[in-house]
Amino acid sequence: MDFFASSAGPIAQALGTTILLAVSAGVGSIVLGTLVTAARISPVPVLRWAAFAYVQFFVNVPLLVLLVLAVFALPDAGFLLPLTPTAIIVLTLYEAAYVAEAVRSGVNTVSRGEIEASRALGFSLGQTLRVLVIPQSLRAAIQPIGNVMIALTMNTALAAAVGVVELTSAANKLNLVEAQPILIFTAAGLIYMVLALAIGLTAGRLEKKLRIRR
Amino acid sequence: MTSPLSLYDEPGPRTRRRILIWSIVSAVVILGLIALALVQFASKGQLDSDRWLPFLDIAIWEYLGVGLLGTLQAAALTAVFGFVLGLLLALGRLSRVRWISWICTAYIEIARTVPVLLLIYLMLFGLPQLGLNFPVLWKLVIPLTIANAAAFAEIIRAGVLALPRGQTEAGLSLGMTRWQVDRKVVLPQALRFVAPSLVVQLVSLLKDTSLGYIVAFTELLYRGQVLSSFNGLLIQTFVVVTVIFLALNGGLSGLAARLQKRPGRRSLATPAEVAPAGLTTPNAPVDR
Repeated sequence: MDFFASSAGPIAQALGTTILLAVSAGVGSIVLGTLVTAARISPVPVLRWAAFAYVQFFVNVPLLVLLVLAVFALPDAGFLLPLTPTAIIVLTLYEAAYVAEAVRSGVNTVSRGEIEASRALGFSLGQTLRVLVIPQSLRAAIQPIGNVMIALTMNTALAAAVGVVELTSAANKLNLVEAQPILIFTAAGLIYMVLALAIGLTAGRLEKKLRIRR
Repeated sequence: MTSPLSLYDEPGPRTRRRILIWSIVSAVVILGLIALALVQFASKGQLDSDRWLPFLDIAIWEYLGVGLLGTLQAAALTAVFGFVLGLLLALGRLSRVRWISWICTAYIEIARTVPVLLLIYLMLFGLPQLGLNFPVLWKLVIPLTIANAAAFAEIIRAGVLALPRGQTEAGLSLGMTRWQVDRKVVLPQALRFVAPSLVVQLVSLLKDTSLGYIVAFTELLYRGQVLSSFNGLLIQTFVVVTVIFLALNGGLSGLAARLQKRPGRRSLATPAEVAPAGLTTPNAPVDR
């Protein structure tokens, strides 16, 4: 039983890395994804096409391919960053496409009348987006964004495959020493479930608080 | 107008001019970024023709083609097993027998919140110690099936929930058993309704097969890795792998979009009202 005590330190540290990856890529992807949605619904065709291409690219290419490309290949072209920031950037770019789709599903809930009203009041498109459409879309998309955040948290595990020492890779290393696969992997799985549960509950609470009653 | 909302009027001359200016500005910025990246690539010699010309050689494509076959094989197996298991789980979760519904719900919730990579590591490093050693294909397919079955189950359940209740009631009133109603009335309609989401899930599943890279299963990314360590053309090889995935999944995504727009597609209940978490729009890609 004392291997619990000896392994607590490395596991806690690795969990910290997992949380760091999830939180920074989470915040980044929500900001970037919202911007992509704004571009997607803008009257500027070039921005609309660019946003569409962005989403299509990241939704259709495997995250692991992107991670391998960024970590092992891009340094050849002089794009060299430390491992963890690279993983955060790739995760952010990848999940932003899913956030963008979630926010866009929220845009559809904004009522026509309110938009027409804001136009009738002389709001510019930028103002309409900023004060009316985007806030309402984000509030309507809390649940789907929460789901993207849960997926993101699980996807941080892929960083293990390119050498980031996060929870999954720490569990694996621990298993190689302790040879207690069922125990260790189940424990790691439980930690992920707790993280997912926490995100899910937070999203649920936020939604209850911010839901727009129509 | 591509926007579903009338966010803006038919532009007048002034607005048209402003849109044009913004178009030019954003095009310049985007193309500028691409150009900067290309300059960077070129300065490291990554755009030299001798680094790209090898990809005209048929041998490289044959080599990657074997990987592509592996990818498709793993995806097909996962799709079939995942769909069947997902169907059973969906029916189980909807079952009125408490304990069946409880077990299926627990399975789905657990499988949705555990990283596939963790399951793969368990298959790869854990189970062999217990004397359970599967062939490498199954070390990939089993974890993917476990995870994707939960996703399929939720999609199918959303379809069933979106069906008007009257359909079931009508079937029962005609003297059909519950199983007959499910098989002949509910599922055929529900599956048609969620067909686009099922195709979108295929995209996600196909992407997941790239995890074969970790178990050393001969799929596209793994082959790309082996190839690049042989020819040293890292960026070029992985760009080619990316493009293949893009073409493959882009095709599937396009199919999903076409299915979504299929004429005569009746809208059942508003999906947003009934869909379980994660399925706000039937066709939105749900990453898992």
